Amino acid sequence: MDILITGILLGGTYALIAMGLNLQYGVARIMNLANGEILVAGGYFAFIAYTSTQLSPILTIFLVAPLAFVLNWLIYRLMLQPLVNRAKNRGQLETDSILATFGLSFIGVGLMLSFFGGDYFSYSFMAVPVELLGNTYGANRVLSFVMAVLICGALYVWLNRSRSGLSIRAIATAPASARLVGIDVKELSALAFALGGAVTAVGGALISTYLTLDASTGVVFTLKALIIVIMGGVGDVRGTIVAALLLGVLETVVASLLDPGLTLAAAYVMFLGVLLFRPQGLFGKKAT
Amino acid sequence: MNRRPFLKLVSALTIASALAANAASAENIRIGAVAPKTGPLAGGAAVTQWPSIKLWVNQINEAGGLMVDGEKMMIDLIEYDDQTNPGETIKAVQRLATQDDAHFIIAPYGTGLNLAAAPLFDRYGYPQIAVSAITDQQADLSKKFPNMFFTLGTTTALAADVVKVLSEMREAGQMGDKVAMVNVADAFGIELATAAKPLFEDAGFNIVYETSYPLGTQDLSPVIKGAAAAEPDAFIAWSYPPDTFGLTEQAMIEDLDVKAFYTAVATPFPGYGARFGAAAEGVLGAGGVNPESPAFKEYAAAHEAVTEAKPDYWASATTYASLQILAQSIEAVGLDRAEVTAHLKASTFDTILGPISFDENNSNADFWTVGQWQGGVFKGVASRGRDGTVPVILKDGWK
Repeated sequence: MDILITGILLGGTYALIAMGLNLQYGVARIMNLANGEILVAGGYFAFIAYTSTQLSPILTIFLVAPLAFVLNWLIYRLMLQPLVNRAKNRGQLETDSILATFGLSFIGVGLMLSFFGGDYFSYSFMAVPVELLGNTYGANRVLSFVMAVLICGALYVWLNRSRSGLSIRAIATAPASARLVGIDVKELSALAFALGGAVTAVGGALISTYLTLDASTGVVFTLKALIIVIMGGVGDVRGTIVAALLLGVLETVVASLLDPGLTLAAAYVMFLGVLLFRPQGLFGKKAT
Repeated sequence: MNRRPFLKLVSALTIASALAANAASAENIRIGAVAPKTGPLAGGAAVTQWPSIKLWVNQINEAGGLMVDGEKMMIDLIEYDDQTNPGETIKAVQRLATQDDAHFIIAPYGTGLNLAAAPLFDRYGYPQIAVSAITDQQADLSKKFPNMFFTLGTTTALAADVVKVLSEMREAGQMGDKVAMVNVADAFGIELATAAKPLFEDAGFNIVYETSYPLGTQDLSPVIKGAAAAEPDAFIAWSYPPDTFGLTEQAMIEDLDVKAFYTAVATPFPGYGARFGAAAEGVLGAGGVNPESPAFKEYAAAHEAVTEAKPDYWASATTYASLQILAQSIEAVGLDRAEVTAHLKASTFDTILGPISFDENNSNADFWTVGQWQGGVFKGVASRGRDGTVPVILKDGWK
């Protein structure tokens, strides 16, 4: 039970890391390798707000989200839109966007480095035990899990119930046909990209309450997010959540029952398994 | 818009300014520095390596330069980011030696990066006064690379003194003999765990929990829970910065009940004390200094004034001392690198840590090994040949 809860809490963290990338890749078709840098930037924001004004990260996220939204919207409009316009097919867009955002990630690291320096930033926020079913867990991890549930839940409902959400899913499923039924693909793609960035930055702010970050740790999160998004199925919120939880539980089970040294190996074995047997993602339909 | 003229202008300006810089530095000492500004070790280098270099250059130039052959010479610092990548370290050292024509190169940061660069320092005849390079291979390395010097100690000494500190606590009846030992699965952690295990066993300790975890593990609670289940008297982690923070936070959350709690790298960072506050009281860590010594106090004040950051309580001061050693050698024998190396081997240097000299293995025999947070300051509790160690206190909860 203890292992299960620890694993689910870790899964919540992973969902926060991966959800933004899922929106960006699934809808806007941008494989954003600078995703981790946005996450770290969100963490920096929370760190500075907390250490300078004692502003709780729970409140900071309401500042981080709109800021990151605007920033990512601008990135999409200025940098990625030209790539989208010029791409003749999806493969070309993927190659171009991977290269472009790879460069962007270096710019992100460089900017953070020059503004904040390369020092680790870490602070103590809600590092107190919470008792759940007879075992103790970090309150900050529980909080971030609750926020992950709220964010993912809101996204899921929005994507499945609202008109703009349905349009976004339409783009994710069939970008070419979406245009035919009067969906403004350009506008909504920018919106999805910006929203993904906002979710990622909020995730970063929450994660910074218990993980120690520095300017160049972003790539670690990008890689984790990539694995989860691909396992869950591109553009599939539900799949990402399940994949994140599975990964969290698996890593914790292996760390607790076998050896903490094998967590990485276990994660990649699972990744490999999904790629071999369900290359379209956990819930994905076979490509026609 | 036609971009060509603009590009031409920019390149012309760049070349002109580069030429101007070269002309201006004709009478200056060119000092190269290569260390991580990005990558996994950047956080450590940003605390320990770069600020001390900045302070040192700043102080020397404020004073009008170094006295070389009866003439004051200012220092030009040439910095490179090696991205924590040994290949980049090698390239940067090569560039410093051949393109930038540096007079001296400050040793890189981290054991692996120092070892990677050693053959190039050797080939181009640069003395390499390594600081953040802890290894047991000092005798072999100094034979292979006679220009390589070591200041911060050996793996075995670091591990042995932890065992010694715990043995003394046990003999004083303060704790039992059950030890939980974990390490980060990286060269540093593995080497220390390998060195420490037989030492603990020989000293009659019982290792009740032992494991390793990958670098960058995001949830360390299984490690702390596993250790707690074994009910150890002492918890020892050969850890790197992010996991040093992570393990400590988990220990707080789990209220890990031990008499001694040790985490390795980054425990002496001011950020550690700032983050954990009162909970850090009694935490043991690698390194240490004598924070009461006037020389350290003066250094710490200057460090904060120039770099707007506090030095750490271990390798920062040693990094600065290694630069003091370099400066004293240059002033003694001039810019000839072979003569500086000979001078390094033969002399005793007056540094902020006290006198430092190098033995037949080019090693400094006097260094700090274990420190402890006491009253908001990380104080040395064990050392080889250094003054000012304070008694160890028991870890008393996490409040």
